[in-house]
Amino acid sequence: MKQKSDVQQGTLGLMVLKTLDVLGAQHGYGIARRIEQISGDLLAVNQGTLYPILLKLEHEGAVASEWGASENNRRARFYRLTAAGKKRLQAETRDWEQTTAIVARFFEVKAGDLQ
Amino acid sequence: MPDSSNFVTSRDDRRLREEMEEHLQMQTAENIRAGLSPSEARRQAVLKFGGVGTVREDYHAETSLPFLETLLHDLRFALRLFAKSPGFVVVAILTMALGIGSTTAIFSVVDATLLHPLPYPHPEQLVRIEEDFPGLGARDVRLSVPEWKDFQRSGIFQYVSPERSGSVDVTGSSQPARIQFKSVATNYFALLNVKPELGRVFNPDDATPGFNLEAVISDGLWKRAFGADPHILGKTLRLDNDVYFVIGVMPPDFHDQGRTTELRNTEIWAGCGFSALPSPPPARSTRTLKTAIARLQPGLPLATAQARLDALVASLRKQFPADYPPESGYTVHLVPLGDTVVGDVRQPLLLLMGAVGLVLLIGCVNVANLLLARATARGREMAIRQALGAGRMQLIRQLLTESLLLSLLGGIAGLAVLFLTRKLLLEVIPSTLPRINTISINWTVLLFALGVSVLAGACFGLAPALQASRLDPIHVLRQEGRGSKGSRSQTWTLRALVVTEFALSLVLLIAAGLLLRSFWDLYKVGLGFDPENVMAVSLRLPAPNNPSTDVYATADQEARFIREILRRGQSLPGVKEIAVGSQESLPLNHDRNPVPFVLQESSTHSDLPHQVQESSVTPQYFHLLGIPLLRGRLFTERDVDAAPKVAIVNEAFARTCWPNQDPLGQRLKLGGADTSWTTVVGVVTNARTESLEDANIPQIYLSSWQSTDKNLAIFLRGSLDPATLPQQARDMVQSLDSELPVFGAKKLPDVVSGSLAQRRFSMEMVLLFAVTALLLAGIGVYGTISYIVSERTRDIGIRIALGAQRKTILHMILSQGLALALGGAAVGLAGAWIVSHLMAGLLYGVRPADPVTFVAVTLTLTTVALAACYIPARRAMRVDPLTALRYD
Repeated sequence: MKQKSDVQQGTLGLMVLKTLDVLGAQHGYGIARRIEQISGDLLAVNQGTLYPILLKLEHEGAVASEWGASENNRRARFYRLTAAGKKRLQAETRDWEQTTAIVARFFEVKAGDLQ
Repeated sequence: MPDSSNFVTSRDDRRLREEMEEHLQMQTAENIRAGLSPSEARRQAVLKFGGVGTVREDYHAETSLPFLETLLHDLRFALRLFAKSPGFVVVAILTMALGIGSTTAIFSVVDATLLHPLPYPHPEQLVRIEEDFPGLGARDVRLSVPEWKDFQRSGIFQYVSPERSGSVDVTGSSQPARIQFKSVATNYFALLNVKPELGRVFNPDDATPGFNLEAVISDGLWKRAFGADPHILGKTLRLDNDVYFVIGVMPPDFHDQGRTTELRNTEIWAGCGFSALPSPPPARSTRTLKTAIARLQPGLPLATAQARLDALVASLRKQFPADYPPESGYTVHLVPLGDTVVGDVRQPLLLLMGAVGLVLLIGCVNVANLLLARATARGREMAIRQALGAGRMQLIRQLLTESLLLSLLGGIAGLAVLFLTRKLLLEVIPSTLPRINTISINWTVLLFALGVSVLAGACFGLAPALQASRLDPIHVLRQEGRGSKGSRSQTWTLRALVVTEFALSLVLLIAAGLLLRSFWDLYKVGLGFDPENVMAVSLRLPAPNNPSTDVYATADQEARFIREILRRGQSLPGVKEIAVGSQESLPLNHDRNPVPFVLQESSTHSDLPHQVQESSVTPQYFHLLGIPLLRGRLFTERDVDAAPKVAIVNEAFARTCWPNQDPLGQRLKLGGADTSWTTVVGVVTNARTESLEDANIPQIYLSSWQSTDKNLAIFLRGSLDPATLPQQARDMVQSLDSELPVFGAKKLPDVVSGSLAQRRFSMEMVLLFAVTALLLAGIGVYGTISYIVSERTRDIGIRIALGAQRKTILHMILSQGLALALGGAAVGLAGAWIVSHLMAGLLYGVRPADPVTFVAVTLTLTTVALAACYIPARRAMRVDPLTALRYD
């Protein structure tokens, strides 16, 4: 169980960073909405799990946050990408693309190609 | 579990909580905009969000010390539960306190004696050298000086030191004292590798052939006799009229090694070369050195040392065939020194440790029983917790925490009681136990107690925990309102535990029964002598190194003194009979001193050491002790030094040496080849004066008028007053010679019962443990049958309603108890058979598989089981069908 959530958290972290990269400073609810919109119903993740990840990313210095007012004038914590976060996003994007490319090539190979 | 956040930074936690609440509100607001009712909007938001608590907990689990936290949490929970059922908790803790406390107590004794028998550096290098002539039936004979030198030169040992022990008269202080004394080689303390507290020890390279007149004294003697005089070094000490110089004082925690309590309480050590006066000139056949100890070369294993020693012995046998003829089978073997210190207490102590371990195990089984019964009652709680999402591991962890807490609390209680009663308990231990003064509750013992507590907790907690966590929540919850019933497997576990308990207590009871019978047989054994109304007082004549200063040097000189004692002692108040003998004639005196002898009519080599227990006595001795004469005559006043030497032997000696001949008139040489012939003039019956266990120990008695023993015992028979007699006897002796110490007054019946002290101790302890075990087992079967009856109340009610006889119900329950007891007995008898054969060495006069004990104990146990079942069985019989059926 632990391992499965680790993988998800890793990916979720990447999604959070990418969202912040695209949208700029954003509060948690906004990030959750965005992830939901993009992934549609495909990603069945409890929104609650987002917050510990945000907290962790902040402890790691990838994001920074401060209290601000939302569009409806509600109090909300806004997250933005730091320089370190940007770098980490680039690195992780590269890793991710590499991984998917390799996995994709494995899927392209048919049994006959190996003989 | 809302309060598990103690260990996480609460700032992070607050922030998480706030943010998540913000999120929920935003989502709710949006849902409302989408047209949902406010309450439904909130519900949907929460659903989508997931469990706030779970998220927070997961976060804590990642960032904090989850183990410590859940432990604290489980502990708090366990304590809350305990507070709710104090009765159960008290019973469980008391049971564990009893088990752990007594196990720790016995372990502290084992730790001091068996595990640390030698308080010296590198004790594994220390050995005792024993020489045997198995071909002649002579074991552990004395060594000769040339042999000692051979061993010292062999390169196998760092040091070899002979020991000759005895007592000396220390004169000069107000009352002459007799002090335990050892002559040792000058390397003795270097060998033990101990340092003095004051001054120095002997120089190991000192090559003085005789005594070097240096003495090392114990801390106790220094404080007692010299008032802890800081200027003691260089002062003189008169030992048996010889002047020694004190060169060192040993530290208070130094205890000498040796087989007996006396040896371990040695207080004066004198350095000696054993090659000049008072020792005879060294010769291979002159075996003067009673024992020898050695320290192996560092890193040399015992087996290798023994192999090299065997090679040395083989070459000695070749080189000196006259001294070591092939038929004598001369061998030398090394015994770990620790073994010789604890030799005869190892088995009883291990038995005690085993017995107390069984009691602990039975205690564990009982607590496991209690926990199981509770687990049934807590079935609903477990089911609900499982339904709410607690994992199986979590439940097991919680239950194990509870049982560990119980056993740790029990351990603490047991240790507390042990600590408070330790002085009292030490009184109970026979003082002959080696290293008794080092028994303490030290770190090893505490660690042991902790280990035992944890192990016990895990042991009795695991079965109930596994059992409870295996419950099917749906099944249990569906029974709501009907009282939860234990599953079939649970009842089976309960039964198995009770059977185990019975088996274990049967083993213990049989061990106790066998020991009790051995003790009783020994207690009732025909002594062959009559100790009633006899008192003995010891005195010691000085034996100075220079014979010319000895006023008791010849047998005649000594005889004059002894006759005077007999004359004056006769008029002491209450005395009807009086006799004098050497210290060896004192019954059940454990300081044995066998002497070699040679028979005139013998085919074996003349110089070889047959050995026999020898003592010298005055003519009145045999009548005073009630040892009847079988043949020939007793000693008379005419058997003086100038007359031919005569001896009286016991039946055992006569049968050993002259199996098919008349012992009267036979001649032998005692103590060596160069003495004169001694003629046997009488045979007396065997008396158990050497050992209660063995009547057939060969003994020979010489006439006091013809021998010069320095250690004497005065025997007095009559209506004596034990309070005043010792002083009267001392005054009487010192009116003859004011420098003689008189000591060790005792009543012979006390000596006889005292020689049973160690046996009595282990018998009583095992009996105590066995009775405790029986009680615990009784409680166990009572609890189990009660539980089964309460489980089956409805069933019984229906049976009675359908017309079952109440007697049938009683029989049904009793037979269940009986089945458990018989099952336990079957397993236990097998175990007891093994155990009783293992402890065969501790038994006397009873076979390990003694049918009387086995049957009697099994019957006792079954009776106790039936009695314990009877109360719940009667309750079952009285079940009112109406109440029982309405009960649910």
